[in-house]
Amino acid sequence: MSTLTEAEAPPPLAPAPTTAKPPRKRGRWTPYLLLAPGLMWLLVFFAMPMVYQASTSVQTGSLEEGYKVTWHFATYWDALSEYYPQFLRSVLYAGSATILCLLLGYPLAYLIAFRAGRWRNLILILVIAPFFTSFLIRTLAWKTILSDGGPVVGALNSLHVLDVTSWLGLTAGDRVLATPLAVVCGLTYNFLPFMILPLYTSLERIDGRLHEAAGDLYARPFTTFRKVTFPLSMPGVVSGTLLTFIPASGDYVNAELLGSTNTQMIGNVIQSQFLRILDYPTAAALSFILMAAILLMVTVYIRKSGTEDLV
Amino acid sequence: MTFVNWLKRHLVVIAGLLTLGYLLLPNVVVTVFSFNQPKGRFNYEWQTFSTDAWTDPCGVADLCGSLALSLQLAAWATLGATVLGTLIAFALVRYRFRARGAVNSLIFLPMAMPEVVMAASLLTLFLNLGTQLGFWTILIAHIMFCLSFVVVAVKARVMSMDPRLEEAARDLYAGPVQTFVRVTLPIAAPGIAAGALLAFALSFDDFIITNFNAGATVTFPMFVWGSAQRGTPVQINAIGTAMFLVAVLVVVAGMVIGNRRKRQKA
Repeated sequence: MSTLTEAEAPPPLAPAPTTAKPPRKRGRWTPYLLLAPGLMWLLVFFAMPMVYQASTSVQTGSLEEGYKVTWHFATYWDALSEYYPQFLRSVLYAGSATILCLLLGYPLAYLIAFRAGRWRNLILILVIAPFFTSFLIRTLAWKTILSDGGPVVGALNSLHVLDVTSWLGLTAGDRVLATPLAVVCGLTYNFLPFMILPLYTSLERIDGRLHEAAGDLYARPFTTFRKVTFPLSMPGVVSGTLLTFIPASGDYVNAELLGSTNTQMIGNVIQSQFLRILDYPTAAALSFILMAAILLMVTVYIRKSGTEDLV
Repeated sequence: MTFVNWLKRHLVVIAGLLTLGYLLLPNVVVTVFSFNQPKGRFNYEWQTFSTDAWTDPCGVADLCGSLALSLQLAAWATLGATVLGTLIAFALVRYRFRARGAVNSLIFLPMAMPEVVMAASLLTLFLNLGTQLGFWTILIAHIMFCLSFVVVAVKARVMSMDPRLEEAARDLYAGPVQTFVRVTLPIAAPGIAAGALLAFALSFDDFIITNFNAGATVTFPMFVWGSAQRGTPVQINAIGTAMFLVAVLVVVAGMVIGNRRKRQKA
């Protein structure tokens, strides 16, 4: 607006006094100049690859003779019908891990927000600090923790927990490693901080006097939680579940290190198609399907939960 | 009865502490096993106590090389993502422009995308263009996925800034550059620092995207991944433990300094 008034004003006869100048010229192009480098980066290295991937998925050919776009959509159908178990497993494992993260993470987030007192910062540091040990090293540590004949497996065995989980198909015999349980356990562990931190942020914003008010109105602790605390923490629940589910559904590290060939997720298939088998069209199609499925789920979920401000 | 009541009152605390234990257990194992002397190639079973890994952390071929490469990559990726992300954050908060919705979703989408999808699609781009995979393709990828996180961190801080402070600076005859350097930047600094720290951690620990776009280059996480197949040296545990301790020390030192400053001001 400042540029507009300047342009319309007649040329001044004498130089205007400095105080009359607009405080700061806000050029019309400034925002675009600020945005340009970063957005270009995202356009070229995030958006354009998606287009390339879509194009690769409808190509046919071979590594030796090269690939050509032939609009061969059958690749999608073939990929889905061959790898639907892995897709299903991804949704199942990631979904279970997300629910477990919520169940495990909520008490800790609640503890940090309301009950930790002067320990608050220390516990927060302890939640974040493991990040600095490479997650691959920490995932490998689960191999030791869940090792055959180790204390954890021994305890689960003597409590007959493994009998139940074997019956449910979650474990096999006396083993936990190389079973779905181990993979879900690893996924839960790896993405737990992504659940705790958003939960804590939204819990911390709750006015403590609301709890007192609920108590004054004869609400019992659990009723207070159900009617006051939990609804107010919904933004944290929504972003926490998204931050857990999305990376977990595409993960192949846990399934590879803690699982077996029977626990492969869709990420494992995409990885091996791309880096070992070198069947690029199938890999691109699978990746595209995963992306579309995730975007669809996220959109529906955000609509349903009615939170708009995620970022 | 009293025990039941006590349990009821402290149920949340007990459950929370159990979760904290679950989160820290692997770190305990990593630390303990950094003092192990395994019999075979894999460091999964406890044998005898030894400090070999700590006295000779680079004793395994390529290990420290990959660590240095990861640190170097993380430093450059942090610099790139922080500069680009901070510019975007300022534009988003301070200016009106067209296609704001499209810009917002372009920034949100990389965070809402499974890593493997970004990794695979970026690889198809590089394959189609015939790009040589290596240091530069990893760096490009890291800047790409760190960028959005920096934007979010800086944006939050800039949004909470009082615009009157900058007006005051201008009223006191500070030029635009001076206002920016002396007023805007110091106030935005904690947000920028948080974004940079996040970018560094994300880049340093990234495996999936790097795995796809690294070619024959081996970063530290890729070294660990390879060792899970070939045999895990104890040195990995020593380095992991050292990084954990350094991180805790840095954060605690930062908090102590922050507290002291606050007290001085008060």
